[in-house]
Amino acid sequence: MDKNNIFYDPSLKRRHLKSKLFKYFTLFSLVVSLVFLAIFLLDMVLKGSSAVQQTYIQVEVSYNQESIDSYRDAVAKKYLNLLSRAALREIPNQIQKNPSLMGTKQVLWMLADDQVDMYMKEYYYKIDEKDMKTLEELVKNGMVDKKFNTIFFTHGDSKSPEYSGILSAFIGTILTLAVTMLVAFPIGVATAVYLEEFSKQNWWSEFLEININNLAAIPSILFGLLGLAIYINVLGLPRSSALVGGLTLALMTLPIIVVSSRAALRSVPASIRQAGYALGLTKVQVVKDHVIPLAFPGIMTGNIIGLAHAMGETAPLIIVGMIAFIPDSPTSVMEAATVMPAQLFTWAGMPERAYIERTAAGILVLLSLLISLNSLAVYLRKKFEVKW
Amino acid sequence: MTLSKITIALLAASALTLSLSARDQIKMVGSSTVYPFASSVSEEFSATTKNPTPVVESTGTGGGMKLFCASSDMSSPDITNASRRMKAEELKLCETNGVTDITEAIIGFDGIAFAQSKANTPFNVTKKQLFLAVAAEVPSADGKTLVANPYKKWSDIDASLPNREITIYGPPKSSGTRDAFEDMILKAQTEKMDVYTKVYEADKVKNKGYKEYGTIRTDGVYVEAGENDNLIVAKLDKNRAAFGVFGYSFLEENADKVQGSNVDGIAPTPDNISSGKYPVSRSLFFYVKNAHAAEIKSLNDYVTLFMSEKMIGKKGILGEIGLIPLPEKERTAIRESVFKKEKVTAEMLSHK
Repeated sequence: MDKNNIFYDPSLKRRHLKSKLFKYFTLFSLVVSLVFLAIFLLDMVLKGSSAVQQTYIQVEVSYNQESIDSYRDAVAKKYLNLLSRAALREIPNQIQKNPSLMGTKQVLWMLADDQVDMYMKEYYYKIDEKDMKTLEELVKNGMVDKKFNTIFFTHGDSKSPEYSGILSAFIGTILTLAVTMLVAFPIGVATAVYLEEFSKQNWWSEFLEININNLAAIPSILFGLLGLAIYINVLGLPRSSALVGGLTLALMTLPIIVVSSRAALRSVPASIRQAGYALGLTKVQVVKDHVIPLAFPGIMTGNIIGLAHAMGETAPLIIVGMIAFIPDSPTSVMEAATVMPAQLFTWAGMPERAYIERTAAGILVLLSLLISLNSLAVYLRKKFEVKW
Repeated sequence: MTLSKITIALLAASALTLSLSARDQIKMVGSSTVYPFASSVSEEFSATTKNPTPVVESTGTGGGMKLFCASSDMSSPDITNASRRMKAEELKLCETNGVTDITEAIIGFDGIAFAQSKANTPFNVTKKQLFLAVAAEVPSADGKTLVANPYKKWSDIDASLPNREITIYGPPKSSGTRDAFEDMILKAQTEKMDVYTKVYEADKVKNKGYKEYGTIRTDGVYVEAGENDNLIVAKLDKNRAAFGVFGYSFLEENADKVQGSNVDGIAPTPDNISSGKYPVSRSLFFYVKNAHAAEIKSLNDYVTLFMSEKMIGKKGILGEIGLIPLPEKERTAIRESVFKKEKVTAEMLSHK
């Protein structure tokens, strides 16, 4: 711009530069966070994608009294080290379930040992020379194949990596979160309704508000200690159970639900309430029939986010004993259970290399569940949101 | 608000089942080192006997002892796994809480590896040199007083060692591996060294820690790398100059990335660890509450399976995942004492 122009402002150039810089700074921050996310996801996909398949070997299995007495006799001796011990262990049980198998010989695709699986997936493996020769021959004859890894989704934890899966942890997660929501949802929403609609605004309610906000931010491990003290030591509920885990996570989720539900209730305009009173409704009628239904999408969103938060939590569950070896799927909330992040934590600490791909695959499953929950929250908000 | 009704119903139902349920599932707590072995046995136990799979919690040896000794009723764990022997105080705690009939079982050995990246030339170190590298206070040059550890390079300790920065990744204080490392590398040597005992004798109350000095340096040379040994392996793979302290099973499983150093000229191999030649190895234990066997019928069967040749024997299943078996004679002896349910006594724990 010409200096003689009457609109000339000497600082304009600098101001434009500043605003540009600020824009690029914010953009840079966005890029940084996206890059971190992308690296993490890529790493998990690269590590976890091989877990989609699992190696099987075609061998002859003999079903007879000897295999019942010692499952190691069910296959030819030279294949013994190449096959999964966990799968061989099931042979006597198969006979028990299906007695007609007794006395027969079947050519079957049997689950291979984790080291064979590592070899087939071109990772580092440890197979001794003799077994390696047998394996190479099997590979040459097309008797070794990778198949879709159904075990990962249909079995619980195992100390044989090839036989381990996330089913028990998944069911444990569902039971635990069910308890969490059954407790935290009604109590949390009711608390929010009372604080927002019924309580008087005085120093006491402000004091409560500060404390609830504070509670939402304290480290989750403290809730674990609280859970241990109240539920296990005082009430005597069983350690490691989904009930105790769920109640502990409910403590942790409550403040989140209260805070978000209050925000949702507050966003319902006063005119709705006033119109209700003008028509002669009681306070309870106004709240129950008008305010809560209108605030419900917001309340639901808060709850789902709280739920997703609880789902990814491990620290408080260590304290109440849910990080343990629990391969059986729990059938009630009183039984010992573990949850998905706890399962991943356990796998990550195991020496066997084959757990690396399973940990990564488990992370991907957990992430996709979290993404679906969060998208559901966004969808609900968009669908039922009322613009005032 | 039907939801709250369901909640109340659920809580009532669970309270009811609580009062009715007699537990038939074995519960274990304890050492994270024993955890993979105990859970392998659990899995084998449930697959072959149709009993519910015992729950194995990894709480660390000390934490496990606390839970185990907290009470004798059925809500407490039946077994605690340990990577060191029960301490006399722990037995006392058990006894004051009514847990009086405990049996000790030794399942095998675990070697503690002092490892480095495989890309390096093999490393030979003596126990003395290791101690000088990690202790917080070491004898001064004239050997008369204690000074803060001045060594930054291996060649500072001994001219025969390479000119390499000392960096050691190891477990944090909560770990049993760390306890064992302190015991075997530091305490075992310092208790016999006059420099330390002199300080202790000068003021037995204030300098109690110098009787058996086991403090590891905190000046950044020894880096606490967390309980996850995989993390230490990954760090050694990245940082070629560093050493790591972790259990033998991680060394075996990552033989493509890391190598164990010889300690006092002995390599960390299963044979050397089993025979006791390798100087940094320890026994692994579990403790059973015998009173619980009356209620939990499968408890004896579990213990029998754990102590069987099939599990802890020379070609046992646990050997495949890194447990170093006891020599045969000791195996037979310990098995006999476990089957007889020999009671742990304070006198017994005082032997090392």
